[in-house]
Amino acid sequence: MTRERPLVLVVDDFEAGRELCAEYMAFRGYGVATAKDGAEAIEKAFELAPDAILMDLSLPEIDGWEATRRLRADARTQGIKIIALTAHALEAERDRALEAGCDAVVTKPVPPNELERVVRDQLGRDKAPADE
Amino acid sequence: MGVARLDTARGSRGSKDPAKRLALIDALLSEGDAASCALCTLEWLAAEAGAERGLCALVETEGRSLRGLVGHGVDDAEVEAMVVDLGQSTDPLVVALESREPVTFEAPREGTRRPQPATPLGPATFTVAPLTAGAGDTRGGLGLLLVAGPEGTRLDEGELAWAAGRLGVRLAALAYSRAREAEVRRRRDVEWLQGILEAVTDPILLTDAQGRILIANSGAEHLLTTDEETGEGRRRAVALNNMLFSASLFTNAEEGGPTRRELLLVNPVDGQDLLFELMTTPFPLGKGEVGMVSILRDVTDLSRATAEIEENYRRLRSAEAEVRAERDRLDVILSAVLDPILVTDPAGNIVLMNPPADHLFTAPAGAGAGAGGREAERRVRANDAVFTSFASDIYAGRSLRWKKELTLTDPESGEGIPMEAVSAKTMARPGEETAVVTILHDQSEAVERARLYEQVKRHSEDLEERVREATRELAEQNELLRRQALQLEHASAMKSQFLANVSHELRTPLHAIVGYTSVLLEGMSGELSDSQRGKLQRVDSNANHLLTIINDLLDLTRIESGKMPVRVEEFPVQAVFEEVRTEAESLIQASDLRVTFRVPDGVPALESDRQKVKQIVLNLLSNALKFTPDGEVRIEARHEPEEERVAIAVTDTGIGISEDHQQTIFEAFGQSGGSFYASAQSGTGLGLSICRRLATILGGDITLESEEGVGSTFTLVLPRTLEAA
Repeated sequence: MTRERPLVLVVDDFEAGRELCAEYMAFRGYGVATAKDGAEAIEKAFELAPDAILMDLSLPEIDGWEATRRLRADARTQGIKIIALTAHALEAERDRALEAGCDAVVTKPVPPNELERVVRDQLGRDKAPADE
Repeated sequence: MGVARLDTARGSRGSKDPAKRLALIDALLSEGDAASCALCTLEWLAAEAGAERGLCALVETEGRSLRGLVGHGVDDAEVEAMVVDLGQSTDPLVVALESREPVTFEAPREGTRRPQPATPLGPATFTVAPLTAGAGDTRGGLGLLLVAGPEGTRLDEGELAWAAGRLGVRLAALAYSRAREAEVRRRRDVEWLQGILEAVTDPILLTDAQGRILIANSGAEHLLTTDEETGEGRRRAVALNNMLFSASLFTNAEEGGPTRRELLLVNPVDGQDLLFELMTTPFPLGKGEVGMVSILRDVTDLSRATAEIEENYRRLRSAEAEVRAERDRLDVILSAVLDPILVTDPAGNIVLMNPPADHLFTAPAGAGAGAGGREAERRVRANDAVFTSFASDIYAGRSLRWKKELTLTDPESGEGIPMEAVSAKTMARPGEETAVVTILHDQSEAVERARLYEQVKRHSEDLEERVREATRELAEQNELLRRQALQLEHASAMKSQFLANVSHELRTPLHAIVGYTSVLLEGMSGELSDSQRGKLQRVDSNANHLLTIINDLLDLTRIESGKMPVRVEEFPVQAVFEEVRTEAESLIQASDLRVTFRVPDGVPALESDRQKVKQIVLNLLSNALKFTPDGEVRIEARHEPEEERVAIAVTDTGIGISEDHQQTIFEAFGQSGGSFYASAQSGTGLGLSICRRLATILGGDITLESEEGVGSTFTLVLPRTLEAA
């Protein structure tokens, strides 16, 4: 399946954060989908097969760590780049995220442009949209 | 022989009467011994020939002297005293003995040619007739018959010669028969002696001066002689015996007189050693030669028996010595025991006591007089009575052992001594009681000990109770402290958790603020006017300040709760400087300062927590930038090889810090620090405090040199290698 633009799934139960991120990523030329919790994130990941997921970790029901583990456990989704986004500043949280299978961990608050740079780094020069 | 003849006194006095001569012959034949024959001849001559006095002398067996035998009309003593040495060949009597005819010696007168020999008859005229064995006898005279008639007369020599002839024949016959008898007796004696010799089992032998065996009994022959049939072995043994015997004999001979010594010979038959006791006696062999009589007594068995007896005696002595030593040892032990020990016989008498018992049961010596002595004696008697009563109980009882408490009295002090008496009967054979041994244990010490023990025990219990109480209190306090500690820990954890939650809750809205500000400034929602942009930058700046405060609070909390994790890795200082430069890029550009990073050659890579080193340097740099209006900021690393440390100095040409402020600048929320930073409109006042604490966590420190108006140098000193905790 080929796409013109890389698809990013933004997962955050905090609406302001989710909409800011989604809007900015679209602004930067990414295809964007959103999810409000872990279960939705997993559902959409299987449905849409995004190139990257910006995953907030503190989610209701199925949290970000669990969702990441499930996606990593399935062959169809294990190739997706998952960038964890957390308001927890402690190293232990970062370690848990990497253990669960995240490719990168970014601590909130973070300006959207820095977040986009991390996504770009993860996707690589070929997949990322052309820089303006 | 030229012998003068005297005139015959009585002419032919009827002496030629055959009947009278026959009477003499009959008398002679009827007598059985020489003396009687001589006497009856003298009596016949007195009667028939007028020989008033007369005597008979005979040559002794050895033939060396003539000795008076019997006399008639002469004193017997004079007869016995008459001894004529036959060696004196000039003696007229010796001459007369050799002659065949009677000789008359005239009474000594003046002019007499011949001297008269000394006889019991002289001085008077007397006639001497030799006694011979007969006409054909050439052995010489057997003796003499001397007779004298009345004074002045000569006796008829013919009659005298006839009578002497009869007596001589008779004496010769008697001598012959006696000799024969003696020979028979001698032979018989020799046989008997030989029998005796043979009967004696001990070897007996007579040797001459050269050691040659003259006589030997069969025992001696067995040991010392051989014959043609003797075997070679036995011959050698006999030769050896002879050698040994001779050697012993000559050794003895030198000593002279009878001797006695041991002699070891060999039994020629079986070759066994035989031990003899050799007794030797010198024995005259005649002609001056001296032989030796040797008697050998076999003491081989005796010697064995003696040795056995000696051995037994020795054993007996040894056993006796052992018994004595044993007794001595027992005495020593008994004396050494401080408890009184008594041994009583079945009658109840004390037969043995050691000194402590002695003290109790014997009145002290020299204390007899005086009231004290009498008192002591009375106490001893009392003790005796108590013990006797106890002893009688033992004999009445059937058991071998007996134990009883007695109270005795110290004879000196009069104090009562509680005693435990332990007795045991000793038995020579089952049922036969020989003695009773009693040991008295002084219980007074034990009683005292028991009392003391009770006291100690009471004290000990008291002490234990106190210790238990104290322990209980301690435990309670411990429990209290533990609960408090738990509460504190819980409170601390709650605080940490609370701050972590606050941090999380603050970050989420801050994320939105920072994010929207950022996208607006970036122009996502269209171009902004300069005024809008400036205001939005104020929002961004304050949002970042708020973030710094949140981060600092979180760090401080973690440092204080000891939960700050440390990750040690090796990294070049240069790499940290580059990271710092990147992160501080916007700040550096915002200032108009010249900022230089320098790592000289030779500064080694650090083994430390990279993140924290970066955090400290970044903080120091941002401070320097904030408080330096113009000039420069230098970040320089240097190696301190002696201490194995690396120092990173951040030097500015800023406003500097007063000495007062230097004292408090590292304190968290320090008033001066706080106001200082507050006045600078930036930071939390926690930055330097956190930096220094992080430096401490990394095993290092931060020092400050500053001068107001000139500038400051903050130096981070770190060990090159941080040992992982």
